[in-house]
Amino acid sequence: MNTADQYLKTIYVVQEQEDGPASTGSIADALDVSPASANEMIGKLEERGLAEHEKYKGVRLTDDGIIRARDALQTYCIIERFLANVLGVEEFREEARELEAVIDDTVADRLDTIIDRQPECPDCFDPETDACACLEVAMAPVESE
Amino acid sequence: MVAVSVSQRIGSDDQLARLLQIGIVLEEVVEARAHHHYRGVDAELDAEIEALLADAAEESADHRERLESLIAGLGVDSVPFDEIESLVDARYGRTKPEDFDGILYDQLCNEETAYKFYDDLVEAIEASDAEFSVDRERLLETLRTIREEEAEGVSEVTEVMERR
Repeated sequence: MNTADQYLKTIYVVQEQEDGPASTGSIADALDVSPASANEMIGKLEERGLAEHEKYKGVRLTDDGIIRARDALQTYCIIERFLANVLGVEEFREEARELEAVIDDTVADRLDTIIDRQPECPDCFDPETDACACLEVAMAPVESE
Repeated sequence: MVAVSVSQRIGSDDQLARLLQIGIVLEEVVEARAHHHYRGVDAELDAEIEALLADAAEESADHRERLESLIAGLGVDSVPFDEIESLVDARYGRTKPEDFDGILYDQLCNEETAYKFYDDLVEAIEASDAEFSVDRERLLETLRTIREEEAEGVSEVTEVMERR
């Protein structure tokens, strides 16, 4: 997943959580980057017609942006579910975040053929736990940081 | 939501081992799917596809062994093939191709996906200045060779598809 997709996924989750435009500060916090870096990427997303910036309010994804963000979120869910259920990784959230930049969508699609993802994905993603709400993990649940 | 680091690269043995394990699973998926297709193809009707699938399964098994040798050098377990095979079995009915064209297309996806995976992995390792427990040159050479074989696989399948 490339950097733009990581931003789109984050903006989508924040705007869903806040039920309105996502503030640059929230986006920067969620991605652990400086507000200046966040602003720069938001500008690029605007140029590509994927996001719209509303002065003093924040960023809102366009319809095209939402489609790509949902695809990115789905890819992320596949990686988490694959790590937790196929490889039995206990710290699957941390590892999914570490690996998402190196795992391409096409690779995730192939991994998707052996996991049991729910049809409602990615609407089942729970930002509070940073994981799919339907994900059944064999081991004791890991506390969210 | 928990903070993430954007575009983080491979920085440790553990991360490298996990990515190599994912490579092994991908190869296992390719191998198991090719076997399924192989069993479903009537050899007398289509010797060309049968040979293509047999070669693909054999090549995946070989790649898997080379990846296993690398992760053994990192002191990490491989991935149990039997379990992956039963997962492929359990899901195959839902995702299997309908006909010969579908089988070839699925095989093309296999080869392209594997190529993309190794290409991203090689790039990420090249961009990283981390020191790994396995020899860096051996690691990169192995992965570049496998990547090259996947690229050849893409060409072979494409050629068969274009001819038919």
